[in-house]
Amino acid sequence: MPAAGVVLIVAVLLIVLALVYYLVSTIVALRKITAGLDDAIAGVGGIIEKTAPVAEVVTDINRNLDAGVDLLEGLLVKKAGLEDAVGLVEGLYPGAAAQGLRNFPDSRTITPPRISEVYTKGTLTLARLGREAPIAATSPAGPVLRNVEAGSLDARSLYPETRQTHPEKLARSPVIGTNAPVQYEPSEQRGGTTPDEAEIREKGPWAETAAEGIVPAELGGSDAPPELLAEDPELGSSALGETTGSEEPATESGIDPGAGDEADATSDGGPEPPPEGAEPDLKDATGGPRQVDADDGS
Amino acid sequence: MTLWWIGDVLLLVVVLPVVVYLLNGVLAAARSIDPSVQRIAAAASAGSRDLDAVPLLLTTQAQVKQTVEVVAAYGGSLDVILDDAEGS
Repeated sequence: MPAAGVVLIVAVLLIVLALVYYLVSTIVALRKITAGLDDAIAGVGGIIEKTAPVAEVVTDINRNLDAGVDLLEGLLVKKAGLEDAVGLVEGLYPGAAAQGLRNFPDSRTITPPRISEVYTKGTLTLARLGREAPIAATSPAGPVLRNVEAGSLDARSLYPETRQTHPEKLARSPVIGTNAPVQYEPSEQRGGTTPDEAEIREKGPWAETAAEGIVPAELGGSDAPPELLAEDPELGSSALGETTGSEEPATESGIDPGAGDEADATSDGGPEPPPEGAEPDLKDATGGPRQVDADDGS
Repeated sequence: MTLWWIGDVLLLVVVLPVVVYLLNGVLAAARSIDPSVQRIAAAASAGSRDLDAVPLLLTTQAQVKQTVEVVAAYGGSLDVILDDAEGS
């Protein structure tokens, strides 16, 4: 056999060996891929199987929730009115009023009234009492803010510090009235503070009068002795009124003296009634006593 | 005889490298698919496990139905107790 033939056979043999190696390796890789795909298909099949009833169940849940939302929205609007309902929603969920109520498209155009302050007080109360308040500084899952074992001590800390030191004797509260330890004459103080020299200098000479009281007692102030007061003090007259001190009638015509001491405004006053048989005029409609008054008088 | 040698050279220098190159590419592609398939299988398996809680939706469905019924009962009571807003 010529050398060229041997080389040819060797070359073909090398090519065949290369083909065998790579093809077998490819077959092995493809088998691994097939096994992996089988696992994937099994997983996907499980997903499909498990999610099959989801659509029906979720649809039913949504239908029930829709009914609940319709019910609550309708009840809220019915009881609070559309405008206040929007305000309540805005107060509880800031910004939610922009979306409006689902079944009330007009609610989107309503400017929510600011009624959330009412709930702010309740929220603050909750914040003081426990952990339920949404504005609590710590995590809602943490311990309550209120000290349940020493709640009264916590409440006492709200008062001024002097009471926390438990002093033996606290200063007494000021006493007012006739038994007050310090008595002030009414002419000395009529409200406000008594102006000192600096205040008189700043405000002017009129403030000096205030330092002496509005009306000093020696000039007949309300705290003056009875012999210095007038028979009818001015204050009593202005409050209770006073007689004119004259017999002059208060009106131009005065009271009709015809009826004497038996005069009655329901029967003896007013213009003359129209003559018998004459057509009454509208201007005479108010003339004479009312029928009910005439009946009472008879 | 010269043609034999030329054929041998072509086989060894051209055909064999080309064959090896192409088969190597096929093998590399096949091997690169395998990790992806394994990740897909793992994801599908994990997804299937996550959906083990789907049957709880039936419980949720019943609870929602009961809750809405209670809300309706309370709403009806409130409707009787509270006055309607003015103008409604």
